[in-house]
Amino acid sequence: MADLIWVYAEILDDKITTTTLEMLAKAAQAGTAEAVLLGPAPAEAAATLARHGASKIYRSADPVYAEYLTLPAADTVAALIQKYRPAAMLFASSYAGRDVVSNLSARLDCGAITDVSDFVLKDGQVEATIPALGGSYQNTATIENQGTKLLVVRPKSFEPKVNEQPVAIEEVPAATGDALRRVRRKETVVVKREGPQLEGAKTIVSGGRGLKGEENFAMLKELADLLDGAVGATRAAVDAGWVPYAMQIGQTGKTVKPDLYIACGISGAVQHLSGMKTSKYIISINKDPDAPLFQYSDFGVVGDVFKVIPQLIEELRKRKRGA
Amino acid sequence: MNILVCGKVIPASSVTIELDPSTKRMVRRGVAHELDPAAASAVEEGLRLTEKHGGAVTLITMGISDATIGIRNALAMGAASAVHILDDAVAGSDTLGTAKLLAAAIAKQEFDLVICATESSDSYSGIVPGQIAHLLGLPPVTFAKEISVEASRVTIKRQSETGYEVVEASLPALVTVTSGINEPRYPQLKGIMAAKKKEIKLYTAAELGVPLDQVGERGAKERVLTVGRPPKRQAGRIVVDQGDGGKQIADFLAEIKVI
Repeated sequence: MADLIWVYAEILDDKITTTTLEMLAKAAQAGTAEAVLLGPAPAEAAATLARHGASKIYRSADPVYAEYLTLPAADTVAALIQKYRPAAMLFASSYAGRDVVSNLSARLDCGAITDVSDFVLKDGQVEATIPALGGSYQNTATIENQGTKLLVVRPKSFEPKVNEQPVAIEEVPAATGDALRRVRRKETVVVKREGPQLEGAKTIVSGGRGLKGEENFAMLKELADLLDGAVGATRAAVDAGWVPYAMQIGQTGKTVKPDLYIACGISGAVQHLSGMKTSKYIISINKDPDAPLFQYSDFGVVGDVFKVIPQLIEELRKRKRGA
Repeated sequence: MNILVCGKVIPASSVTIELDPSTKRMVRRGVAHELDPAAASAVEEGLRLTEKHGGAVTLITMGISDATIGIRNALAMGAASAVHILDDAVAGSDTLGTAKLLAAAIAKQEFDLVICATESSDSYSGIVPGQIAHLLGLPPVTFAKEISVEASRVTIKRQSETGYEVVEASLPALVTVTSGINEPRYPQLKGIMAAKKKEIKLYTAAELGVPLDQVGERGAKERVLTVGRPPKRQAGRIVVDQGDGGKQIADFLAEIKVI
């Protein structure tokens, strides 16, 4: 019998998240995929999950899961795990995913494997691939427990796949009790972001400490616009307050996998590399010839970003005009 | 208000961290250590809250004896005392083993608030704080980019994918703070001198009452099987700008058919 593999489904911007669909693709390939979907969700959410490989969905639309963080969801998932004992359950390394899995791993006394980029299940045991230390190592790890293996999966590890299934929906009872209503979400504030978003961008132009200041990101925006791309940044640039956190790429920011990544004034700390190094093509511009990112670049220019980028922008304009 | 900060002392940022293929763990002995910058932000946040509301900050850490340098740094910043879980038997603990030890150490202190970084800067698993919160029955208030405390409630601005959320819970609670929540202060000479006299309480697993079969290598459920290097990316072309670097990039973009 195929192993039962569950996916903790998440909603963002009124849609099932891409990482949820990525995990479903892997779950359906490695076993029988089922999803748990808690809280209010758009009408087509269940159909989206089914179309991407879920053969059963455990569902409660109760608002308690939206109003109160972590505890109601963990309580419901724990009860479901104890009832159905799936071989593994996958969580995205998102805010909600990490919150729920950390609670479950202690509650069920089963631990969890984090930062998983791939896994195999064999005879009830899991062997997970982990890009450790920012990807400078690639390890395999297992979890020795009798029950469900909890895995926290890196975004962009798998490709979503349309894999239509006949789907069963099981309505599950909503979590109740004041003990679970202890972390209340009072307000959700959406910070308006301008221009194309990093998620899904085919081209990303990214800036680091070498950009020297907030004002110089305008130059990257100009370059990104010419290439129909989005602008990203390193943690150093975000921590310096030059650009918002939503633009951060790396271990503590977003993981991206564009066709083209142009790194400007980025030395290539392992934490940054871990968020972008699977990009198809990487171009870097840096004045330090020893910048580690050059080792990952398909094309690199050792030079001054303030000279090279304006010239590149000028050149792209010229070629667009057909000159 | 008494605040406990759980933080790690890790190989210094100048050190290239390596894994020992025989133990499959990070090489921690014989390398320079420092207070994890993520933990320094947690200490800073604790200090700012106690400066406003009174009370004291205590750092709780687990690590080898080399961790002392980072503990002293937190004390020099202004933490009043520290707790150090120092025991060879806990080496190789997995996240849950670590959380059990830290939770047991926390339970021995008086506190209103526990602050942790969302994740440490060396191993990045990011699930220990949530485990501690569960083990102690504390509400987990996570990914704060701003914290305020009023009466017996903590309110945070919680980082989200699209902006932030305002989240609140009653004290006692556990809050995790994101990197960049603040700029940690540098210890001043006075603080450095004062730190030498501050108390560092040492505990072993046995003293904390945590069974030895639940911690260390022996108690670890999460187990590294193999340590390896990822396949190397094929090295590309690197040129030194001779005044035409921008043009050369445009040529490369044409070559890969982006333009």
